[in-house]
This record gives sequence, C-alpha cells and structure tokens, in this order.
Amino acid sequence: METGSPQDAVTAETEPAWTGLPPGLLRMRRLLLVVWLGSLTVAAGLVPGLLAGPAWAVFALLPLALMVWGWVLIGRNWRSWRYAERADDLLLSRGVLWHTVTVVPYGRMQLVEVTSGPVERHFGLASVQLHTAAAATDATIPGLDPAEAERLRDRLTELGQARSAGL
Amino acid sequence: MTTPGTHDQVRREVTVTERRLHPITPFRRAWAPVAVLIGWALHDPDATHRQLTRLTTTTILIALAVVIPAAALYGFLSWWFTHFAVTETELRIRTGLLFRRTAHIRLERIQAIDVTRPLLARVAGVAKLKLDVIGTDKKDELAYLGEADARALRAELLARAAGFAPETAHEVGEAPEQRLLHVPAGVLAVSLLLTGATWATLAAALVVPPVLWFFTHNLWTVVATAVPLLGAAGASSVGRFVAEYDWTVAESPDGIRIDRGLLDRAHETVPPGRVQTVRIVEPLLWRRRGWVRVELDVAGSSNSVLLPVAPREVAEPLIARVLPGVTVPPASSLSRPPRRAGRCMPLWWRGYGFTVTDEVFVARHGLLRRSLALVPHAKVQSVRQEQGPWMRRWRLADVHVDTGANKTVTARLRDAEEAARLLRAQAERSRTGRRDARPDRWMA
Repeated sequence: METGSPQDAVTAETEPAWTGLPPGLLRMRRLLLVVWLGSLTVAAGLVPGLLAGPAWAVFALLPLALMVWGWVLIGRNWRSWRYAERADDLLLSRGVLWHTVTVVPYGRMQLVEVTSGPVERHFGLASVQLHTAAAATDATIPGLDPAEAERLRDRLTELGQARSAGL
Repeated sequence: MTTPGTHDQVRREVTVTERRLHPITPFRRAWAPVAVLIGWALHDPDATHRQLTRLTTTTILIALAVVIPAAALYGFLSWWFTHFAVTETELRIRTGLLFRRTAHIRLERIQAIDVTRPLLARVAGVAKLKLDVIGTDKKDELAYLGEADARALRAELLARAAGFAPETAHEVGEAPEQRLLHVPAGVLAVSLLLTGATWATLAAALVVPPVLWFFTHNLWTVVATAVPLLGAAGASSVGRFVAEYDWTVAESPDGIRIDRGLLDRAHETVPPGRVQTVRIVEPLLWRRRGWVRVELDVAGSSNSVLLPVAPREVAEPLIARVLPGVTVPPASSLSRPPRRAGRCMPLWWRGYGFTVTDEVFVARHGLLRRSLALVPHAKVQSVRQEQGPWMRRWRLADVHVDTGANKTVTARLRDAEEAARLLRAQAERSRTGRRDARPDRWMA
C-alpha cells in the first residue's frame, strides 16, 4: 500500500515495521514447481518426440513457458507477503493483483495455531494461523521458520491474554 | 483418573442436581419410521401393493411385537440417559446410550436463549429450550421440557448468567418485561404483499409448470417442478406470515425479548450487549410507506429478525435500545463512493454508502432494496482492506469488517487512500471500543 502522504500524520507515524517471509517458502515453492512442471516438460517433449517425430517435441514449450511464468509469479507473491506486530494488533498484507491487508487486534484472538505439513517440515517451515470469533478472518502467515513461528505464537498468545475481550 | 479428580467428581455429584427431560420426549421421533414407510409406499406404489398382499396377519403381528417394543425401549433408554444440570457457571447436558456425549455450556457465554413450542408440542404442553453459544449445534437443545419448567429454567439460566448469586438465582424469577412494540397482522400482511419476492415466486409457480407442459407433455416433469415452486411460493408468503404473526418485542433487564408465531410459537431472549450487527432493510415498495425491516445478528443464533415490518420512526428508537447509545445516522450523512466507482460497478455504485460514528461502523448497499448495516466498534473481530486489479486501476478499495456472528459488513469502493486510513482508524476504534462495553454478566 502506498500510504504516508505528508499531510496524513496519523498514517505516517504509525507506519509499522514490516517483516517479510524468510526465503525458505520461496525455495520450497520454486522447487516443487520445477520438479512437477520439469518432469511434465520432459514427458511432453519425449513422448510425442519419440512416437510422432522430433518436430512434435515443441509441445514441451508449453509446460516450460508455464514454469517460467510460475517462477516469476511465485517470486512476486512471496515478496507481497509481510506482517507487522504492532503494539495492539497484528497487520498482515498479501497479494499482488488481489491485495489484502488484514488487521487483527490481539484482544480478539481466540486461538493461535502453528501447523506444519510433511513437505513444509522437510523444508523446515511452519505456518501460524490466527483464529478470531469471525471465520472470515483469514489470517495465516505461511512459510515461517519454526522457531520464529513458535516465538510468534507465544507472543501472540501472551498479548492476547493481556488484552483479552469477549465477543 | 487421579484422586483429586475423583473427589471433585464426588463433590459435584453431591451439589449438582441432575434433571431429566419431559417424559413425552421419546415420542418426538415416533413419526420418523412411519414417515419412512409412507415415503417408500409413495415412491413405489406397485411394489408396495405386492408386498402388502403377501403379508398375513401373523407376520404383521410378529413384526409389530418386535418393532414396537424395540422402538419403545430405544426411546425410553435415550430419554433415561439424557440428563441436564445447572451448575454455578455452566449448563451441563449428558446424553447418549452407546456414544456418551457431555456438553458443558458456559453461562456467561450465552448469546441468546430460545424457547420454541412447535404446534404439536403446544398441544402436549411442552417446549424446547436452546442456549445460543458459539459452536453449539442442534444436539445441545433441551427438547422437551414442560412449559412451566422451560420458563422457570430460562429465568434461572438468565439470572445465573446475569451474575446473581446461585442461591438466589431460583428466587429471582422472571424479570419484569415492558412491551415495546407489536406488529399488527394487517400491516404484516400488507408488507408481504408489497414484497417483490412473494410475487416473483408466485409468478414462477404459476408460469413455469404450464410452459413445461406445453413443451414436454410429461406429467412427472411438470409435477416435479411445480411442487417445489409452489412450496417456495407458500413459504415466502403464507409461511412467513405464519412465522411472523403476532410479533412482539419487549424489553426486560435480561435484554430484548421477541415472541412470535401463529402455529409454532417461538420466544427469544437476547441479553444486553450480545448484538453483533443490526441491519435496516428497506424494500423498494415499502419506501413510500416509510416501512423498514430490522434484522440482527447474534452469534450462534438462528433467528435474525428483530422486527419484520415497522415504520422507520418506530424502528429507530428500538435500535437505540438494542444497541445502547447508538443513533441511526440519517441517509444524508452517508458518503457515497467517488464518481469513478461507476467504472467498477456501473449504476449500482450509487447504492453504496458509508460512515463512521463514535459507536458504530455504518455501511449501506443496494439500490432498489436498500440495506443499512450497523456494527458497534466493540464487536469488530478483524478489519480487512481488499483491492483487485481493476479497482487499483481506479484507486479504489473495499474495507471489510468481520463480526463475531460470522457476518462481514463491507464499505465498498472507497477511495484507496481513504480506505487505508479507515483500516488503521477502524482497528484503533475496535480495540478501544471494548473498554466501555458492558460486562458479560450484565447484573454483576
């Protein structure tokens, strides 16, 4: 978001310290992309190339183009994710084309969850998910370092308790 | 289990008196097997006839001798093993014959209490009682209790939830109520006649089946479409009239009370400070008469109507009682999106409006059927700002406000800079709004 125009003192002074995601998630997503689309490229090149003649191997260009495009897209998406722990709320900003900024006051958190699937665990990643009483609150921070995820969980829980409020 | 746990258990058993539901309860599902049989008979009449002729009196008698005691035993056991108890802080429901299930519902988390009496239950003199707490489902209702029991239990639960001492909670009795508003049957009928949906479903029910007949000449197709259409038409006109008949809103120290229904009577008590959102809906044809419909969201509650129809000048003071200290902002104080919003949402952008007062976040949408939503700042769970590529092209953004009732109120197509400012300011307001909110135990 472009904010902090000079006359807007409130926005300018509360502009938080954003934290980006560690590069682990980017590496994981790009690796998965290369593994899947790479094997598809090889298959799309070899099978028609061997069966119908070498000219048909151009089909391999399609998944290859997709891979390059995905490579760029994943990078842009990864860069767009950032979060900021402010004194009283958590800010989460994400998305390139469809951009979303979410603010969750610490007092409204009902539950903080740290999850890590098998692939994520292999890459040493974990995500932190925040739940409020509203299901529409979609506040997930993916691809964090497990230590950072745990630190964040403990800090959020602590802050949530201190500022806790009912519904 | 460890020793202290056992002690705790023993002490609880001593102090908490467990009660059972009304003995009529096992009969509430008695119609289900009969309905299945009838459904099967209707589904395949020929086979049914063949089966019936094969049956002799002896087989019928044997079947009845097995089925009826088995059903009765199941009904009796499931009733026998369902207990409920009111403790100092909780309502405990223990149920289940094979799969035990214990629900502990915390009283200070109560969002609303519903007492409903379906037609047959009214005949039998029993009622259902349900506590609306976030996450409860159909299983957590107490069905059925004697009518007097249900009323006494509701009063006791409300007294305990309000923070009265447990010893006195029995004696507090029902809080006195002051009738605020009653919707006359005539006005309700006219309001339904002036609702577009009523006529649309009716027209569909009258037009579609003949057209289908003209094209297909297939009786079954016509019946299969006509029945649901007629059902929908009936539900949206007669059904609504029956459900919203004799709508009474009253106020008591325990909160807002709603009584309604012609055949099935329902009663709802919403304690103070539980309302998450209030919506004022104004269909096109009601506008000349100045009527509005007021809806409200309470977390965990199924009912969402506060007032089916009333003149605006009557509805607004009522809203001030539901959301204390809130005045409904006049239409002129709402700011429209900037003109360029028309590039994102031609014509309809004129229906959007938004403003913030000291107490509430207010957003309007709809051009023909206007709907104005008010969210108290204290009820906001999270704030989101969203912007798609086309909206960014025109420097616009939406601001969503999520409430605890799982509803989202959106200020659409605001100027991007205004939206960014609003996001920060709203987060701040939501955080501080809670400070002067009333406590969960409203009498404490």
